[in-house]
Amino acid sequence: MRHGKYPLLAAFLLPPLALYGYFVVSPYAQSFLIAMTDWQGLSPAYEFVGFDNFKRMVGDEYVWNALLNNLWLLVLLPLLTIALGLFLATMLNVGGRGGRSTVTGVRGSGLYKVIYFAPQMLSVSIVGVLWAEVYNPRSGLVNSALRAVGLDGLAKVWLGDPAYAFWAVLAVMVWANVGFYVVLFGAAMQSVPRDIYEAAALDGSSRLNTLVRITIPLLWDTIQVAWVYLAILALDGFALIHVMTRGGPNFSTDVVGLRLYTEAFGDYKWGYASAIGVVMFFVTLSVTVLSLRLTRRERIELS
Amino acid sequence: MSEQTAVAERGPQAAQVDRPGQNVTGEPGRGRKALDGTLNVFSHAFLVVWGLLTALPLLWVVLSSFKDDAEILGDPWGLPSALRFDNFARAWTHGHIGQYFVNTGIVLLGSLTLTMLLGATAAYALARYKFLGSRLVYFVFVGGMMFPVVLAFVPLFKIVGGVGLRDTLPGLMLIYTAYSLPFTVFFLTAFFRTLPDAVAEAAYIDGCGPFRTFFRVMLPMAKPGLISVGIFNFLGHWNQYLLPVVLITSDEKQVLAQGLANLAISEGYRGDYSRLFAGLTLAMLPVLVVYAVFQRQVQSGLTAGQMK
Repeated sequence: MRHGKYPLLAAFLLPPLALYGYFVVSPYAQSFLIAMTDWQGLSPAYEFVGFDNFKRMVGDEYVWNALLNNLWLLVLLPLLTIALGLFLATMLNVGGRGGRSTVTGVRGSGLYKVIYFAPQMLSVSIVGVLWAEVYNPRSGLVNSALRAVGLDGLAKVWLGDPAYAFWAVLAVMVWANVGFYVVLFGAAMQSVPRDIYEAAALDGSSRLNTLVRITIPLLWDTIQVAWVYLAILALDGFALIHVMTRGGPNFSTDVVGLRLYTEAFGDYKWGYASAIGVVMFFVTLSVTVLSLRLTRRERIELS
Repeated sequence: MSEQTAVAERGPQAAQVDRPGQNVTGEPGRGRKALDGTLNVFSHAFLVVWGLLTALPLLWVVLSSFKDDAEILGDPWGLPSALRFDNFARAWTHGHIGQYFVNTGIVLLGSLTLTMLLGATAAYALARYKFLGSRLVYFVFVGGMMFPVVLAFVPLFKIVGGVGLRDTLPGLMLIYTAYSLPFTVFFLTAFFRTLPDAVAEAAYIDGCGPFRTFFRVMLPMAKPGLISVGIFNFLGHWNQYLLPVVLITSDEKQVLAQGLANLAISEGYRGDYSRLFAGLTLAMLPVLVVYAVFQRQVQSGLTAGQMK
């Protein structure tokens, strides 16, 4: 194996490293430096201003507003998605009960999984455009359904009203992600021995009880991964919101990523935008570390 | 080896686990079926509701793409009165969806090939060889997954412009590849480590050079892993929105995800709704058809990607 090791290493590692270093590592590193400048993008001249951008950010209510929206997403998106995902996966995989306390999936569970997972295939831009039409105040699915059943008063300008836009966008995020977790949790549930569920059913455990006392503890590793992944997703949210609302109306759906984008390519405040990115990096990092820590539990070994 | 087969067979295994369960509910006699039915009504109701919530918007878009604007605005829940295929023709040509499809295809062809080639070679070198700094190189690659891509926006815009690749399709190919490397290297390094040493050594004793060993022996053995990460990257590149939004400005160079979002904005002003729905359908159907055919592989590929 030692024979001719270095030609191979050079040929296999240098091209990817060069590409990666130039287009990924270097921009990330540079953004930390640009964050310390007052660079205005359009002019090549800039000065080093230390932590001024960060000090300014403390008093920037737009950044706080965006951060607050991200934090709301951070709490609500994982909670709703995981709860709904676990619930549906339970129904699909151990929801059916045969005559002699056999625990099985419901009939047609394969078809449900196929349908639930479908939104995961679509790009955020398709999802965003699609739902912007579903929410369309005049011709959208939601309002016309409400009017059809006589609930005209509930028909709203979903994405145009600061009171509802955030919730409307959150609903789309949950809609797009639940299917993935139904499949993920379902796969994990399949690896739990059937007899555990059958014993619980024999002992008269209700479905809710089984979910809370058996399924969730046994699936904890998977749930933890799901939580971290959804938390990262919640701290981003840029793409979907860029497509659906551009942060409006009245900044009610603004998120930190979009704030950065607006500062960078709307106002050409490159220094300030990079400083927002740096803050976002540290927030993401600490949320990831924190949620891994807080959700740590003793692992339950099967068999 | 055991891990490799576990990854390789995740799809079929899941299928095997599923089937006995369904047989139990499907096969027994009538009496038990009836009991089963009453017990399942409740859970079925929830499942059906979520199924409708998922499928209805998608079906609605497809149906609306055959309507004219009056029907779309006046009767959103109604069926189209005729199959107006000219909506699709207008979306394809005047809506530039055709151009966006071609652009996306070109970018994907390059970016996916490059990602798999560079990702597999780097992962192989890192998994099979120890050298000074090999751990550092590995962590530099994998560490890239911790950074939010928006953090790179400003410098990337400048760097890509500096080498004249801004607003070009080859530029997008290189950038997609670069940003896919962390996960691809991470996933494939783990995969190559599970392949047995004995095979590579046997190839060496038989006079096979290190390059030939990689391309003729190790790469074919890594096929299941390559397929998983390939599906993952295909969907990631096909759906990519962030990077083109920053790097592509001229209308005729846009990719599908980006072009569609812009089409939605311009249609909002112009009121050509049928063209927008036709464009949405065109953009949506290819992935959904591929998904319908390969759904087992896609589901296991994506969920395996998440759990690594």
